[in-house]
Amino acid sequence: MPDNANPMNSPHPTEPIKKPMTAIPRLAQTVGEPKTVSAGSVLARIRHTHPRSSRMPDAAFSLLILITAVSVFAIVLFVVWELFDKSRLSLHQFGLGFFYSRNWDPVNGDFGALPFVYGTLVSSFLALLLAVPLSVGVAVYVTEMCPMRLRAIISFLVELLAAIPSVIYGLWAIFVLAPLLREYVEPFLARTLGWTGLFTGPMYGIGMLAAGIILAIMIVPIIASITREVLTAVPQNQREAVLALGATRWEMIRMGVLRNARIGILGGIILGLGRALGETMAVTMIIGNRPEIAKSLFAPAYTMASVIANEFSEATGDLYLSALVEIGLALFIVTLIVNALARLLVWSITGGTVGRARA
Amino acid sequence: MPKQPGDPETTKLSLWRRARNQLATAFAICAAVLVIVPLMAIFVYLLIKGVGALNWTFLTQTPKPVGEVGGGMANAIVGSGVILGIASLTGIPMGIGCGIYLAEYGRGRLGDLVRFTADVLNGVPSIVIGIAVYSLIVIRQKHFSAFSGGVALAIMMIPTVARATEEMLLMVPNNVREAALGLGIPKWRTTLSISLRTASAGVITGCMLAFARVAGETAPLLFTAFGNQYWNKNPNQPTAALPLQIYTYAISPFDEWHRQAWAGSLILIMMIVAAVAAVRIVTSRGTLKGAS
Repeated sequence: MPDNANPMNSPHPTEPIKKPMTAIPRLAQTVGEPKTVSAGSVLARIRHTHPRSSRMPDAAFSLLILITAVSVFAIVLFVVWELFDKSRLSLHQFGLGFFYSRNWDPVNGDFGALPFVYGTLVSSFLALLLAVPLSVGVAVYVTEMCPMRLRAIISFLVELLAAIPSVIYGLWAIFVLAPLLREYVEPFLARTLGWTGLFTGPMYGIGMLAAGIILAIMIVPIIASITREVLTAVPQNQREAVLALGATRWEMIRMGVLRNARIGILGGIILGLGRALGETMAVTMIIGNRPEIAKSLFAPAYTMASVIANEFSEATGDLYLSALVEIGLALFIVTLIVNALARLLVWSITGGTVGRARA
Repeated sequence: MPKQPGDPETTKLSLWRRARNQLATAFAICAAVLVIVPLMAIFVYLLIKGVGALNWTFLTQTPKPVGEVGGGMANAIVGSGVILGIASLTGIPMGIGCGIYLAEYGRGRLGDLVRFTADVLNGVPSIVIGIAVYSLIVIRQKHFSAFSGGVALAIMMIPTVARATEEMLLMVPNNVREAALGLGIPKWRTTLSISLRTASAGVITGCMLAFARVAGETAPLLFTAFGNQYWNKNPNQPTAALPLQIYTYAISPFDEWHRQAWAGSLILIMMIVAAVAAVRIVTSRGTLKGAS
């Protein structure tokens, strides 16, 4: 299987160095401890008249480093604990019904998260629907088609897209994207695809469709950069073999490249999904914030992250706060699963060198 | 580079295949254009609307009450600086320490566990971190503060810095370490002055990327730093931050505030681009190039 051959031929610069590295530092470690290696202990005695006092800072340093490392673990544990603890009231009161009740009524203390779950899922899948073809297209163009000179420029521009803060996307969406949708895109969609029921009702500009589009723009760089890395990891002789059989360039890309890279691309897509699920600010600014489930994509909606952003600091009453924290807990668990899945898929292709600096 | 199939005999089948080939190329070019267009649009709008609203008062004054023209975001810019300073001062050392552990000390179960949790932390939605810090610090102190905002951002910086440090340290040739240890230099000195120093370009890159990433974060500041319309010099009090101010102004119904939101965004993006550009300069000069 070509899939198995990929890690071996990966052009990543860190790849060949990484393997021996895991073995050798053990040696360095033993040299550092004078007790176990005789040459080391001799050296230590020559250098320092008091070997014991020279070992003290070493022990202190490694303890310090250990503490920082463990505290990272502790932070995550703490986050999980805090979420569980603060949502206990709501977990107790509503149980699992919390996630399929449609009522969100802070005044009467009745809370159900279904509209938010629905909003998060639909906006994220809409974003994937738009972003996946685009980002795979861009990645294919950059790795397989475009002239060398353009390659670096396009990659740089796509990565720049990832550096724009979410609040600026939101600002742009409110003042540029929403009017554009309201004036041109939504009337057009209503005329041509109105019969599906997905594009009906009043056209505000803001709403589920706008949120999906802005999310798509935000996750394109993640999916595109991982797809690009995975495509470059496909061995060159795969391409040559398919071309030698008389394939056109597209056939070569389809059979020789995309097929080999499909698992890694899937990983990138899921990583993009993880980002889309947790994205807060841009969505909050553009989705309309109405806790209702509507079939039409023009209608305003609400997501899990944006209900927290909007209502958390104003929530009165323990149950209200607790319900919001429970939504946060659900968001945390879902993104955890999604990200773990994505990383496994990407690692299985590239051997673990790409995809963590981002996302 | 793969060549076009220039076969001389054009049968019916090869016409179809050729057409598909052209179609696929056209689609890929369209995709590239469609991805670049929003980027260009965002930058063009930021420049047009932002430069128009940018002036000296914007940079030196605090917000005016609703309805009055003028005023600026000076307090938010300084507030952002304070929050990011607190975040960098706590997040970067912890991230580097964690990275050193992963690269030099942590093997076996605990190392894998820490690596996994760092990845988990990287994927946690920022708003969830906001909730956690809110219950850790804000509830206990009973008031919002720049300090809690800094802690929230620091937590978000740790995984990026840690993984960058780890990757860079693993790229340092082992002979360098052995040479140092062979001279009788203690391990902690070797790690700090030899390994970390050799890897410094890449580590700095990681730190700047982490900085650029959290500089625009709004969600975790909503219920930690909270925002403030006035000057605040005490980091233990609610503090204005640039992204928060942009958010508040953008969703407000006032034109003057919209104008200022654009100007604030321009300042914010310039800060981030400066950080990214600094990364490019550092990496092009350094000995070890980062993966990112």
